[in-house]
Amino acid sequence: MRDVAVIGIGMTSFGELWRTPLRSLWAEAALAALDDAGLDSVDLITIGCMSSGLFTGQEHLASLLADELGMGGVPAARVESACASGGLAVRTGFAEVASGLSDTVLVTGVEKMTDVDGADSTYALGTAADGEWEGFHGITFPGLYAMLARVHMQQYGTTREQLAMVAVKNHANGLLNRHAQYHLKVDVEGVLGSTLVADPLRLFDCSPVTDGAAAVVLTTVEKARELQPDRPPVVIIGSGLATDTITIANRGSLAALNAVKLAGERAYAMAGRTPGDIHLAEVHDCFTIAEIMATEALGFFEPGQGGPAVENGLTALGGKIPVNTSGGLKSKGHPVGATGVAQVFEITNQLRGEAGQRQVEGARIGMAQNMGGSGGSSVVHILEVV
Amino acid sequence: MTTGIVGYGAFIPRRRIKLEEIAKVWGADAPSYKRGLQLFEKSVPGADEDTVTMSVEAARNALVRSGGVDPQEIGALYIGSESHPYAVKPSGTIVAEAIGAVPTLHVADLEFACKAGTESLFLANSLVKAGEVTYAVGIGADTSQGAPGDALEYSAAAGAAAFIFGAGSDKMIAEVVDTYSWTTDTPDFWRREYMHYPRHGSRYTGEPAYFRHSMNSARGMMEKAGLEPGDFAHAIFHQPNGKFPMRVGKKLGFTHEQLETGWLSPWLGNTYSGASPIGLTAVLDIASPGDLVLLTSFGSGAGSDSFVLKVTDRVTEVQDLAPKTRFQLDENKIYLEYGAYAKLRGKIRMAE
Repeated sequence: MRDVAVIGIGMTSFGELWRTPLRSLWAEAALAALDDAGLDSVDLITIGCMSSGLFTGQEHLASLLADELGMGGVPAARVESACASGGLAVRTGFAEVASGLSDTVLVTGVEKMTDVDGADSTYALGTAADGEWEGFHGITFPGLYAMLARVHMQQYGTTREQLAMVAVKNHANGLLNRHAQYHLKVDVEGVLGSTLVADPLRLFDCSPVTDGAAAVVLTTVEKARELQPDRPPVVIIGSGLATDTITIANRGSLAALNAVKLAGERAYAMAGRTPGDIHLAEVHDCFTIAEIMATEALGFFEPGQGGPAVENGLTALGGKIPVNTSGGLKSKGHPVGATGVAQVFEITNQLRGEAGQRQVEGARIGMAQNMGGSGGSSVVHILEVV
Repeated sequence: MTTGIVGYGAFIPRRRIKLEEIAKVWGADAPSYKRGLQLFEKSVPGADEDTVTMSVEAARNALVRSGGVDPQEIGALYIGSESHPYAVKPSGTIVAEAIGAVPTLHVADLEFACKAGTESLFLANSLVKAGEVTYAVGIGADTSQGAPGDALEYSAAAGAAAFIFGAGSDKMIAEVVDTYSWTTDTPDFWRREYMHYPRHGSRYTGEPAYFRHSMNSARGMMEKAGLEPGDFAHAIFHQPNGKFPMRVGKKLGFTHEQLETGWLSPWLGNTYSGASPIGLTAVLDIASPGDLVLLTSFGSGAGSDSFVLKVTDRVTEVQDLAPKTRFQLDENKIYLEYGAYAKLRGKIRMAE
C-alpha cells in the first residue's frame, strides 16, 4: 500500500442555506479544496451523500457533480452508508490512492436537507434505521438514541447533566468556528430546559438539520511533498471500517457501540497506534449520548467513564483529549453526507496548526470517527502530520 | 393631502384556551412550548363569532371613536382575512350593511395570509389620499385555522381591528406619515382550495420569510421616512407567536418598552390578519399626542407592509369612548377545556 496524504481541504459554512442548491454547495467546497491543494484536475471524485433523492429529488450525483465542476469524463462515484457516507467517501478515496488505482482523489461529502420540512427530513433520516424491524413501527432516531441513553444511564450511572455537558462543550467550541451553524453559548440549565424530544433527550441533545458540503484532496505522500514542499504532509496512517446490526434489538448490549469499537481497532492496528497516542478527535455526536459512547468505544475512556470524562473537562479544549474542537455535529451542524469529510477537514486543519482560537497545542495525531444510523456502521481515520 | 386614522376599534372574543390545555391533549411538553413560542393562552371565537361579526364589532367601535363620521360618507370598505366565512360571497357587504354604509361604496375582501389586514389599511388610506372617497374603512380580522396537533394550533386565534381613514387634521387621531412595502414570492405557508387547514414550511417560515421581510420592510420604511428606532414611541410587528415580534424588534434596535404595548400575542395568540392591526389599537389606546408609531405587518407568501403614524391631539378625546383592547384582552375571560374548544372550532365530526 502507498502512504496517502491530505493536500487540500475546503468546506462551506454549515447552516440553513435556503438560497443555495446542492450542486452549488458541493462546488464551493470542492473548488476550495482543489485551490488549497493547488490542483485543477484529479483522477477520481468520490461523493458521500446519504439521501439526495429524498431530500432534494436528485439522484445520479456522481455525474451531476463532476459536470458541475466542468470535469465531465472524470471517474466519479457516490458512496452511501447513511450518516457515515462522508467517512466512507474518505475511505474509498484512501483505498484508491493507497492501492495505486488513482494518484489524486477529490473526496467530497454533501447534503442539502432544508428543501423539505421537518416531517420529511425525519422520514429521510429514518431510512438509515432498519425499515422492517424499526422504521415501519414508527421509531425515529431520537427515539433510538434515547433508548441507548437510557441503557447507558442505567448500566453506568451516566447522568442527565453529563449528557448536557457534551452540548455545552461543543457549543463552546462551535463559537470559535466560523463554519459552524450555531454560534451560541449554551449552559447546562439551557439544555435541561429545552424542548423534550425523546425522553431523556431534549432539543439541545440533538444535532440539527443542516445544509453543507466539505471536500478534501488525497494523493500519495511523495506527490504531496512534490506539490507542497513547504507544508508538512498530513498523512492518513489508519483507516477502519466496520458494521454492526442496524436494528438495535439484535445487539448483545445497547450500552456500547460495537461498530465504532471495531472500526477504531482496525484503524489503530493499521496505524500502529493506541488510544493514548491520539491528541484530539472528531467523533460523531449526532446526539450527546453518542459522543459519550464513542469516546468509550474508541478506547479514550473505560466503558462507563465517558460521562465523568466530559464532566471533568477531559474532552474540552485544553483537556486530556479534546473532542469535537470544531463544535461537532451538535454545534457545527450535521449535513449528514458531508459530516465525515468535514471531520477530516477539522483534523487536518488542527494538524496543520491552522485552527486559530480552537487550536490544540502540539497536536500531531488526530482521529475522525463517523457513524451511520444508530451505530450500524462506522468509519474511523487516524491522521498524523509528518 | 394629509390623511390618516379618524377612528379605530378592536374586537377580541371572550373565550380563551390555555396552552397547557392543548398540550395535554397531544401529549406535548407545555413548559417547553411556552418557552419556545412565548405563548400562554389564545382567544377562541364563540359559536356566533366569525370574521364578519368581529369586523362589525370592531367597525362599530371605530365609528364611536370617529367624531361622528356618517356611515353614508364611507366610500370604501375592505376586509383582509384568510377566514372569510364564504369562499364565494363577500364578507365586506355584510359588514357594510351592518354599519349602515351601503349602497354607494366600494367593497372588497382581501387575502394575503397574515398581511391582508394592513393591505386593507393601505388601500383605504390611499383612496382617501387620492381624493376618490371621503372616508374609507380598513379591517383586519381572522378566526385563524391551525391543524389539530400542529404547532399552529397553539397560536391560531381570533380577533379584529377596524380603522376609518379620512383627511383633514380636525378629525385625525393619527396621521399616516408614510408607507412602505416589501414583497417577494416566498412560499412559506399556504392553503389550497378545499384544504381545511393551512400547511407551512416549519423553520422556513422564520428567517427567510418572517424575519427577512419584516426587517427589510421596517428598515426600508425608516430609511424612506428618515427616521431611526429611537424616534418612535411604539413599534408593532406581526405576532405569529410571542417570540418573533420581540426578536425582530430588538434586532432592529427597538427596546422592550417600545415594543411591549402592541405585543399582545403571548395572551391573545396569532390573530393572523388581525394581529399587527389589533396591536396598533392597543397602542392608540394609550398613545400620547405627538407619538410616532411604526406598524410592520407580515404575510406569508410573502410580504410586509410598514406604516409610520404620528399621533395627534384628538387621540386622548376618543381613547375611552369604546372598549380598550387591553381591557378586552384581560377582562371577562371564559376559559375553555379542549372539548368545548374542539366543538367551537368545528373539529368534531357531526352526524350528516
